[in-house]
Parts: sequence; structure tokens; C-alpha cells
Amino acid sequence: MGGQLTITQLQHKANDLREDVVRMLEAAGSGHSAGSLGLADILAALYFNIMNIDPKNPEWSDRDIFILSNGHTVPIQYAAMAEAGYFEKEELLTLRKLGSRLQGHPERVKLPGLENTSGPLGSGLSQAAGVAYSFQYLDDSKHRFVYVVMGDGELDEGNVWEAAMFAGKYKLSQLIAFIDRNNIQIDGCTEEVMPLEDLRGKWESFGWHVLEIDGHNIESIIDAASTARAITNRPSVIIAHTIPGKGVDFMEYDYKWHGISPNSEQAKLALQKLRTLDGKITSGDAE
Amino acid sequence: MSNYLLNPKLFDDDVVQEPIRAGFGRGLKAAGEANEKVVALCADLTESTMVNKFSEAYPDRFIQVGIAEQNLVSVASGLACAGKIPFASSYAAFNPGRNWEQIKTTIAINDQPVKIVGGHSGISVGPDGATHQMLEDIALMRVLPNMIVVVPGDSIEAEKATKAIAENGKPSYIRLTRVKTPIISTIESPFEIGTAYILREGSDVSLMGTGTMTYQLLVAANILSTQGINAEVVHVPTIKPLDNDTIIFSAKRTGRVVSAEEAQIAGGFGGAIAELLSEKLPTPLLRIGMQDRYGESGEPMELFDHFGLTGEHIAKKVAEFVHNTSQYHREY
Repeated sequence: MGGQLTITQLQHKANDLREDVVRMLEAAGSGHSAGSLGLADILAALYFNIMNIDPKNPEWSDRDIFILSNGHTVPIQYAAMAEAGYFEKEELLTLRKLGSRLQGHPERVKLPGLENTSGPLGSGLSQAAGVAYSFQYLDDSKHRFVYVVMGDGELDEGNVWEAAMFAGKYKLSQLIAFIDRNNIQIDGCTEEVMPLEDLRGKWESFGWHVLEIDGHNIESIIDAASTARAITNRPSVIIAHTIPGKGVDFMEYDYKWHGISPNSEQAKLALQKLRTLDGKITSGDAE
Repeated sequence: MSNYLLNPKLFDDDVVQEPIRAGFGRGLKAAGEANEKVVALCADLTESTMVNKFSEAYPDRFIQVGIAEQNLVSVASGLACAGKIPFASSYAAFNPGRNWEQIKTTIAINDQPVKIVGGHSGISVGPDGATHQMLEDIALMRVLPNMIVVVPGDSIEAEKATKAIAENGKPSYIRLTRVKTPIISTIESPFEIGTAYILREGSDVSLMGTGTMTYQLLVAANILSTQGINAEVVHVPTIKPLDNDTIIFSAKRTGRVVSAEEAQIAGGFGGAIAELLSEKLPTPLLRIGMQDRYGESGEPMELFDHFGLTGEHIAKKVAEFVHNTSQYHREY
């Protein structure tokens, strides 16, 4: 897939994915808005530039592996997968409905192209580390990479730090983690609920290479991933500073939007905002 | 009697005894030899879980994760995602005792062929006391859809069971014990996942056991026969899927059932038997095991004696049960 689209085109993709997410969550009547919107740029960069994947052949033996650890943001992954061609976009509106392959949290066995099952927080990094260990030590698959996306609130979980220690010990250099540093979790701000700082220092002390970027700057996301791939003696973590609800101003920065979906009026307004967003995002069909 | 080939020296004073975990150690090494996808992980208990047989033979396929059981199983899930057959080993008190949610989400719902190895289970772990005597693991694991639950009755069967789960393509739990216990089977005895074996035929009561308790039931049956009670003994090494046919067949023949396990009777093996019989063939049932209480420190056989899990104690309870209960079963 890599390298075909320009940065501007990728920005448009991210905005398209946001629109899909708003429509999906509205149709579902429940779901997590803020994190899904906040991750749009990272998922667009991953699925349309960074990852070596073949949506028509999800079992391709040379593919990179994507693990979503904070499974509640899966609407944005579904949107990216549909856009990439894993399945038809019409199916997006079945999210969270009975019989859908698009479960409220991702289930590998339901949908080809998903690599893991997550929802309960904190174990995605371990799963990604298992894959990365296999690539590095068991398979001689030096060309394959494992990308994992975690939330920041999720870092409260002890399991994450078990995985961080493990990946540090084994210098899993094909493991590249993104932390969606949006500073919110269900009960409020991360630094009030359970402070995470010094976040960079924590990861560095566990033996990781740490990069810190604007998680809405597609060029930075792509650059950080390629720097991470070039680090061959350590796992890398990219602390991506994001705005929860990014692109829909009345959701931005508001932790109350963490776990809810827009009603039809809010969705209409959100779609309008996404198309005319004060220049914050260049949208292809803004006019 | 029965076609099942029991160890001919089973009731001799010098019957060979070996920890069930030793059979797992051999089985894991053999599974690794047969299939290079087999990998083993351990959480700082490599020697006592006997994973060291594998790690010495295949150091490149052994992964030390440290004392981190949540990471142990979720890394194993990732290895399965990369096409491996991981055996994730620790003591049952922590695995699945501590990491049950990760097992459920990343292995069972995820339907990955990770093998959870619960060592040092049951009361027979002994002096370590209640915190390390895992009595709830059978219940915890058998409620998980997709999960296979195997509780071998001796070290020979543990070796066969380990090789079998390595190749079954499913999430699986194998329950092991620490202490030396008599070898009840032979190399030639059958083992298949999902099959129960009638070790001794009888007409008055069916004694159904799993793990170390099967030997105690065979001892009990000998004692009962001197009292004119003809007990059938059924060995149930797979708790999920349960061999409904054999259990129902035996219950019909004798009209009285006793279950025995080194675990809580609530939700465990006795729970599984109770569920099956009450739905398919209501039959009087006596459940032997831990009766809604924790264990305590002591030597393994002292604890078996204290909690009524020896053949002698079981024979006494079964005799009372037989005398006080009419043979009955009702078919729906």
C-alpha cells in the first residue's frame, strides 16, 4: 500500500474516516466518540501509508500486524479497514448491531483483517510483543513490523508495564507502539484520575526508544514510524499528542464524549463541522 | 471387568509413583520435538513446572517472562497470532488464578491455540497453604466457551494429554499436581481428549474421578468390594468437553453417582457432573472434594486425610451413601 498518497490526500482520508465514524456511532446509538475521532490521523497514516498490508489478502504471510489495544476506539479501525478495501463501506452502519461482524469491541474471529481481540484494557501491548518476539527470534521475519495503538488512560493497567518490561528485556525492535495521549479517560483527566507523567521518562527507563509527536500531523506520524523502524536495538513508543474528539469542536477536549455517541442532531452538526472546520483540517469536500 | 488397561502393579506396595507434572515435562519436550511451532513460556517457575525439560532441549523456543502472569498469557496470545503453539506455564494459583480475564479475552474469545498450564494445583500442593492451593481453576476454566479442560490422572496420561493438546488447535487448560502419585495407567492405555474411561465395572454405584482422585476411587472400590458393594470406577480426564455418553451410560447402570476432585465441588468437576445428570438423567449424586472452604498447610497425604479425600474416607462416605440412597435414575 505504502507511499501512494500525498500528505494532503492522507489528511482527506483521515477526515473521511471521521465522517464515517460519526455516521457509524449515530447509527449504532452507542459507542466511544472522542478516542475514535482523535485517532483518525494515526489510523489513516497506518492503513494508507505506514503498514505493509494487502486488504484483499488479509492472511498475506508477509503483512505487518496491527493490534488495537484500546478496543473501544475500534470504529475508527473499521472505518479505515473499509476504506482500505477489507470489506464494503455499507457494512460500517451495522456496527454494534446483532449479527454484525463489526462488534462493539474488536473480535478477530468475526472479521478477516482483525489480528486480535481486545476491549478489556491493558493487554494489547503484550499481544503485540508476542507477535514481535516471534518475528525477531522465531521466524526470521526481519521485514515485518507490529504496530499497536494504546490509549493513555489504559496505561493505568499493570499489564501494560509487564509488557513494557518484557519488550525492553528482549529488545523487540520490530514492535512500534503508539500512545494516544489525549489526556482523558472516563472519569476525567488522566492526570487527575491517575497521573501518568513523567510518561517519556517511564518508557525510557523501561528500555524503549521514545518519540513524541503531534498525533494529528500526518507527516510527523509517518516520520516517527519510519524512525522507529530504523531503531534496531529497542522497541519504540510514539507518544502521540491528540485532541479527543478532534474535528468536531463540541466534542473536543471534553471527557464526557469519551464513552457516548452523537444523536442524529449532533451527528448532523458534527458532519457539518468536519466539512467546514475552520481550516483545522483540510477537507477534500469542504466546499 | 473393563477393557481399560490399568497398571498391573497398581495395588502393590511398591507401585511406581511420580508427580503428574513430570509427565507434562516429558510431553512438552516430545510435543516440541514433533512440531517446531511449539514454544514454551514460563513465569519464573521453569523447574518446578518441569518446563525445564523443554527449555534445555529447545532454548531458542523458550521464553522467560518473569513473575508476570497477565503478560504470560497475553504474550502467548500474540505468539499464537504469529502461528505458534504456545504453552504458558505457571502455578494454577496464578495461571489462571491471576490472569483469567486475559485468558478469556485474548485466548478464549480470540480462539487462539494457547495452552494454559496450571501447575501445583489442588490441596496436594501441601505446606504452602491456602493461598497456593488452587481449588477453583476447574470451575474458572470450564465456564469459558472454546476452552478445553484436561485433568490427567497420572504422569503417563499427562504426557499423552500434553501431546494431544499441542495438536488440537484449540485454547486448552491442563491441570497438574506437584506431589508423587501412583501411576494408574500404562503406556498402552488409551487417552483421547473428550473421552472418559470405565476402569472398573460395577452395579451399585459409579465413582467418577478426575486427576489424582481417580486412584483414591480405585482404592475405595477395593474396600467397598469387601463390604459387598460393587462400585464402578469412571476416570474422567477431560472435564470439557465432558464425555456425556459414558457418564450417562454408567449412571444408568448403577443408579448412584459419586464425583471426586481435589477442588471446590461448587462449579468444578462435581458441578459439571451435577449439571449433566440433573438435565439428562436425574440420579442421586454425592460430590467429594473441597466443601466450600479453603485448605491449609500440611503434608499432602495429611491433607487428603484431613479433608476426607483418601480411598478409606471415600469408601466410608460411599458406603453410607449407598445404604441411605435407593438406586434411581429418571430418563427424560
